[in-house]
Amino acid sequence: MTDRATDTVRNREAHEAAEKLADYEWGFVSNVEQEFAPKGLSEDTVRFISAKKNEPEWMLDWRLKAYRAWLEMDEVSWAKLDIPPIDYQDAYYYAAPKQKPKLGSLDEVDPEILRVYEKLGIPIEEQKVLAGVEGARKVAVDAVFDSVSVATTFREELKKAGVIFLSISEAIREYPELVQKYLGSVVPQRDNYFACLNSAVFSDGTFVYVPEGVRCPMELSTYFRINAENTGQFERTLIVADKDSYVSYLEGCTAPMRDENQLHAAVVEIFAHEDAEVKYSTVQNWYPGDAEGKGGIFNFVTKRALCSGDRSKVSWTQVETGSAITWKYPSCILKGDGSVGEFYSVALTNNRQQADTGTKMIHIGANTRSTIVSKGISAGRSNNTYRGLVRVLPRAENVRNFTQCDSLLLGSDCGAHTVPYIEVKNPTAQIEHEATTSKISEDQLFYAMSRGLDQEAAVALIVNGFAREVLKQLPMEFAVEAQKLLGISLEGSVG
Amino acid sequence: MLEITDLHATVAGKAILNGLTLSVPAGEIHAIMGPNGAGKSTLGYVLAGRPGYEATGGAVTFDGQDLLGMEPHERAAAGLFLGFQYPVEIPGISYLQFLRESLNSQRRSRGEPDLSGGEFIKLARSQAALLGMHAEMLKRPVNVGFSGGEKKRAEMVQMGIMNPKFAVLDETDSGLDIDALRAVGAGINRIMRAPEKGVLLITHYQRLLDYVEPDRVHVLRNGRIERSGGPELAHELEREGYTEAAA
Repeated sequence: MTDRATDTVRNREAHEAAEKLADYEWGFVSNVEQEFAPKGLSEDTVRFISAKKNEPEWMLDWRLKAYRAWLEMDEVSWAKLDIPPIDYQDAYYYAAPKQKPKLGSLDEVDPEILRVYEKLGIPIEEQKVLAGVEGARKVAVDAVFDSVSVATTFREELKKAGVIFLSISEAIREYPELVQKYLGSVVPQRDNYFACLNSAVFSDGTFVYVPEGVRCPMELSTYFRINAENTGQFERTLIVADKDSYVSYLEGCTAPMRDENQLHAAVVEIFAHEDAEVKYSTVQNWYPGDAEGKGGIFNFVTKRALCSGDRSKVSWTQVETGSAITWKYPSCILKGDGSVGEFYSVALTNNRQQADTGTKMIHIGANTRSTIVSKGISAGRSNNTYRGLVRVLPRAENVRNFTQCDSLLLGSDCGAHTVPYIEVKNPTAQIEHEATTSKISEDQLFYAMSRGLDQEAAVALIVNGFAREVLKQLPMEFAVEAQKLLGISLEGSVG
Repeated sequence: MLEITDLHATVAGKAILNGLTLSVPAGEIHAIMGPNGAGKSTLGYVLAGRPGYEATGGAVTFDGQDLLGMEPHERAAAGLFLGFQYPVEIPGISYLQFLRESLNSQRRSRGEPDLSGGEFIKLARSQAALLGMHAEMLKRPVNVGFSGGEKKRAEMVQMGIMNPKFAVLDETDSGLDIDALRAVGAGINRIMRAPEKGVLLITHYQRLLDYVEPDRVHVLRNGRIERSGGPELAHELEREGYTEAAA
């Protein structure tokens, strides 16, 4: 990777490969050998996964308990989504690249895997980091390739700061007491059908622990990617921010082209102690299916933060452009007095995509504050729903919430829906809710085109302007990627 | 340079232009005057290619090219600029980003290389300064929170940056105070008064013509050119009104 010529060749090959795929720019399958769990889901599958990962007994027990609970539960039906029946026995629950020796750095990673990253358009800053360029901005990449973390960079530097940044499998082995203490403490096993399934069969994911008083010296970044045919992806992320600490975590996903529907049921738990702050940013671009809605990822995600300590703060920022079906409500339980929850979201749907996404802000502590900014963009024949709950409990004095939900429609065959739930049990609360729905303006389109932009560029520009409030919350390298993604996702949607 | 021949156009099925013929040679500035509802703004939109403003007959050639067969952005790349009577707001996008993307898109269509960020900012700053506009304004979202006068000044800054071959300026003088009018007039002369360029100034009033002297003045009424003359025609219209002057 340090050889510039090699880099150039790699880049060119990557671009050529990407260009071959007209409809889905990043739809490709790489050739890393897989080791599968037997098809289908049973206690044996759960035991297989746990054994593959050399997990301790308590972890296997935890998984089995979840599996047995899951058998008794029902799929969710309240969302405004048309979900085809999912055959849970017709999928693989574990796939990992064949065992390789542990690597010291990403430089030693299988070039095939690096090529995949190249195709994914990993931000320049991170490529520099990967190439070992002096003075490059530091972003730690914990590369989740399919289900197993292949390598982790910057582990040493983070270790110096006392930050633990590991795959969750490693964390289970190396820091069992920490994992055991927090796993399931924010999202209980039985929280919902998909979270429960994840608890039973989660394949891998990330564990972050930031100790008291530490400001994490770099942004933490993980790339998720579904790589094996018929492999459900069940990521588990656990972030613990101890007293007075700070961490910013970036998650980005894209998936290869696939004909069958693929299930993705991740769980993310964030635990914030007193005065801690966590910023969690996502750019989600799973394969959305073709123009007729064939294929595509089912994305059923449970993301929740517990602002446990006083004055703690958690901020969710998401840009959602992918998946055939998105079901996702990153939430904050504001338990500590004076704690703060934020949710900034852009959800874009095109063709036959369906998204039902939003947030829950549960105000338990006094003087807690929450901000919700949701920007929904619908095109094609898609359906885009914002579903949000603001709940103020009786003992939560002086709560403030501001919610803004804007929907932008492109064309006349798509739908935008806003479903706010507001439950206030304390009269001192100040709750504001603003919502707008508009069609993309012909005046704006013509104005931009009269200055030289073609229709697609004009649409991308206006949509980016619409989403600006959210995009500016993203770290710079993510913001640039997200802007491009909005434009790419809308190609062919107007005209 | 711009040849309009027997142009007919409809808006929402209603005939607005009824056989308009007009020729603007390179190096000339022509003024189009006329009463409300005569079809002045429609002419501007038809020339720039606004959807919904449909040319139903006749022809328009621009430097020998069939203008009516081109998309709006292709007309811009060919060197046509429309100054809007009511410039449009684009929230969330700064003027700098908007104009840089637009200009580079035009340049790519013409086979020219993109301007770098640095080159573009230099150009934008100098054009803003020449129009008496603070460069900081260009960091704000396109026209959002701009006063009427600021919007019109910004249109002229855009024209300076794009440096078009031909400008159609639709009531650029409306809503301007006297200082802004002078600055805008000077801007038009500076940017567009050149042997290889041309301008069509659409206006209600004589006052802009005090600063930008037209080579020809045309009266547009009922969707066609009713009368044409030299600069003195504008004064006559100002004195006597459209009804008298047409008679």
